[in-house]
Amino acid sequence: MRGSYLLTVLTFLPLAGTLALFMLRPDDREWIRRIALAISLFEFALSLLLLRGFVPNSADYQFVELHNWIPSPPIHYHLGVDGISLFLVLLTTFLTPIAMLASWKSIEQRVRGFFISLLVLESGVIGVFVSLDLFEFFLFWEVMLIPMYFLIGIWGHERRIYAAVKFILYTMLGSILMLVAMIWLYELSGSFDLPQIQNMLVSGQVILSLRTELLLFAAFFLAFAIKVPLFPLHTWLPDAHTEAPTAGSVMLAGVLLKMGTYGMLRFCLPLFPEAAHRFAPYVAVLAIIGIIYGALVAMVQTDLKRLVAYSSVSHLGFVVLGLFAFDPTAVQGALYQMLNHGVSTGALFVLVGMLYDRRHTHLIHEFGGLATPLPVIAAFFLFVSLSSAGLPMLNGFIGEFLILAGTFLHHVNWASYAAIGIILSAVYLLWAYQRVFFGEVTQDKNRTLRDADRRERVVLVAMAALILWMGIGSVSFTRRTEASTRNVFMLMQRPQVYNARAALRSTPPPAPSGIR
Amino acid sequence: MFPPREDILRLMPEIILSLSGILLMLIEPLLTRARRNVLVSLAALGSGLALVSTIYPAMLPGTAFSGLLRIDGFSVFVHVVVEAVAFLVIIGSADYLDREHIQHGEYYALILFATVGMCVMSSAAELMTAFVGLETSSISTYILASYRRDVPRSNESALKYFLLGSFATAFFLYGIALVYGATGTTQLARMTFPTTAGGERLLNLGLGLMLVGLAFKVAAAPFQLWTPDVYEGAPAPITALMASGPKAAAFALLLRILATVAAAGTFWFWALWISAALTMFVGNLAAIAQHNVKRMLAYSSISHAGYILVALAAAAASDQVELGVAAVLYYLAVYALMKLGAFILVSQLSGESERHMDIDDFRGLAMRQPVAAACFALFLLSLLGLPVTAGFLGKFYIFHAALASRLIWLAVLLAINTIIAAFYYLRVIVVMYMREPNQTWPPVPMPWAVTFVLSIAAAGTFYLGLFPGRVMALATQAALSLPGR
Repeated sequence: MRGSYLLTVLTFLPLAGTLALFMLRPDDREWIRRIALAISLFEFALSLLLLRGFVPNSADYQFVELHNWIPSPPIHYHLGVDGISLFLVLLTTFLTPIAMLASWKSIEQRVRGFFISLLVLESGVIGVFVSLDLFEFFLFWEVMLIPMYFLIGIWGHERRIYAAVKFILYTMLGSILMLVAMIWLYELSGSFDLPQIQNMLVSGQVILSLRTELLLFAAFFLAFAIKVPLFPLHTWLPDAHTEAPTAGSVMLAGVLLKMGTYGMLRFCLPLFPEAAHRFAPYVAVLAIIGIIYGALVAMVQTDLKRLVAYSSVSHLGFVVLGLFAFDPTAVQGALYQMLNHGVSTGALFVLVGMLYDRRHTHLIHEFGGLATPLPVIAAFFLFVSLSSAGLPMLNGFIGEFLILAGTFLHHVNWASYAAIGIILSAVYLLWAYQRVFFGEVTQDKNRTLRDADRRERVVLVAMAALILWMGIGSVSFTRRTEASTRNVFMLMQRPQVYNARAALRSTPPPAPSGIR
Repeated sequence: MFPPREDILRLMPEIILSLSGILLMLIEPLLTRARRNVLVSLAALGSGLALVSTIYPAMLPGTAFSGLLRIDGFSVFVHVVVEAVAFLVIIGSADYLDREHIQHGEYYALILFATVGMCVMSSAAELMTAFVGLETSSISTYILASYRRDVPRSNESALKYFLLGSFATAFFLYGIALVYGATGTTQLARMTFPTTAGGERLLNLGLGLMLVGLAFKVAAAPFQLWTPDVYEGAPAPITALMASGPKAAAFALLLRILATVAAAGTFWFWALWISAALTMFVGNLAAIAQHNVKRMLAYSSISHAGYILVALAAAAASDQVELGVAAVLYYLAVYALMKLGAFILVSQLSGESERHMDIDDFRGLAMRQPVAAACFALFLLSLLGLPVTAGFLGKFYIFHAALASRLIWLAVLLAINTIIAAFYYLRVIVVMYMREPNQTWPPVPMPWAVTFVLSIAAAGTFYLGLFPGRVMALATQAALSLPGR
């Protein structure tokens, strides 16, 4: 698909759309909402064109665009999608209109700024997923922090400023070291272009010494692990999620966390395979701790939104475990689980936001017996909870099954410990569900709550339909991702010199010509 | 003997600047109080013409005045930076001076004279010439710092600046004397071998003293103590000038010595390394504790001197100086733009006699004056070094130079400092965007002159952040035009 500008359009359309919003008067709230929604829906429709043009059984980058950008050092404007990033882009374009609809009524202050932030965020996130140049990737990676920072800090709840500052400082701490690592990698390879660096590594044109590889891996991994977030780097997440407005939480959980796992899959594994293998046991242990710890902490939360936030720590632990099991099936499952988590947790946050709009609290004990006044919301909440807990026929099951099945082949004990997390996730979700929706209505205020209106039903039905489709029609996803996930393992191959080095371990290898 | 015609043309910007300065002082008595705005126009015209006339030195590279000056791509690059700074500061000052009732011709004349000094510093190929340039620029800025005569803090600022600055120039001068004693010349290009016995030690001592003198001027730790007080007390537009112009010129002189004198590269390296690390930490850690925005920006400019020193250390460490030198030059241009924008904006927002300089006075600025707040946020994010802004690319090139010279730990320290800096830059943004306004005073008007300066700074911040190619190519050419060790 050379010569197509689809990815450029997808990346910059939301950004350009903000200009339209700037032309409206700031107090013209209704039109600001409508136009922002129209832009994001149009963006979603455009992104569906990706599906049509995407060649399923190819591991190559598609819709590639390559232009010179900065001559020295050589930096290119290089875009492309493959099976790994395709659905993440679609997830972003799907969740943005959802996030907008979910906060249609709940945002009344500074509406224009809110929707501008959401659109800028969408541009930034899509840019991260389609960039194939390290510099360009970093640019989008950092730029997208600013709108998120404003979303949390301006439209969030009571402790929003603390949460916003914590969020941005944590993320920057990781990413600035990643920048140093990227420039170092450039010094070694002479290129910022990901496919080019990859080729040089695979063909042995550039050889990283073991120490270099370990350090580079660590710098990249730290940035991604903070973003994921991997235990024990997760402490920013409960604050950010809880304090963010609904749309912020949806985007944060839905797509921003995926940038971390995406980065691991795109950079850490294929660029630094030896280091990845050496770090894998430690990473897996942290992932398993995250799975169980996240679930246990979620169980004892009194705040519904915090509960969902901690469940993210647990679910993302599965994804990281799947990635570091070094098994095609598990990686496939990890990728699938990334999408699942985006949809299911996004839907949970939307539902929690709906409760908040009605009662202005997230505390579980303020609710109780809500199934009576809110039957529709209750039904969808149950559906989404079950999907998140991994009920067969729904999306969560597929991802978790693939991860565990793939991991089990190599590491029986990892898979066994991780499986505890599945049981626990059913416990905390269903227990919370029971306390919020079942039984007698405990508070009089809750008797008169309105059930979901038409706008809310549209959002819920769209998400539920996707959850169901991902549960039963998973092949339509996996057949597009399979080639690329297998390709990751091809890219992790290194020529003979590497194996010699790996055997020597501590002593440096005899330097072949061209070693840097 | 009258100098040849080319030499006069090579000196065109300096000549135009000096003549306009003299003219300003001559016609000021002829103007009534109401016609004072002629002064601004004349000063802006003078600096603008000087900027345009830089085309002459650009087209006539070579040594001039029997080897006193060396006109090359490097000096032209710095010329353009300091002249543009002068031009923007002059335009940005007009309304400030009216507001403070200190509209006088000599203010502009002094800015122009200071600029002449900086220009000479950037092209000096001989140490006494460099010294004359340094003094011309320093003495003019001492006076400018005290320009709010009635304000005690302004006087304190000038006195501190003058006393400590004099020390610094004395160090520099003594250094020149020792270097002359060691090598028998003050010409940089001929300073290769010590000619006398024991000359090596003498040369190193002299170079060390020169480094101290210039480190004072660029506010590098441990010689940065004067900066916050001086920056805080001086009129805000002059702070903008001091933070961008003289600093650029002093760095230019450092670079030229570093690139030309072989001994400097080896002898200065560790001094630069340590000073860079120290300056970054001192500036950033102290900035966190500040409540006064001007003071915070002063500390932030110390930390930025530290970032530039990282690139300087990279240049000293490597055989190919050009990567480090180009990074410094690019950063100087970027830094001048964003710092100037920030100080000019603050000078306007703070209101009469700079009353509202406290960080709390910026509460809810985004609600009251969204455009000004967005502008300030842009400059702050650029100072922080976030992508899409010029500050990011500037820092990127510094990282690049540092890693190319294998200064990995210095690069890591720079990275850590970026995070520390995020703390206080973001705090201002928090205050502007996330807190409710509590002020009772009406929105501050933005006169067109200030708007003009801010738009240029903001546009430049974006341009240099997105399309560095052309300017970086010029910076690289400039770096390559240095004579080399």
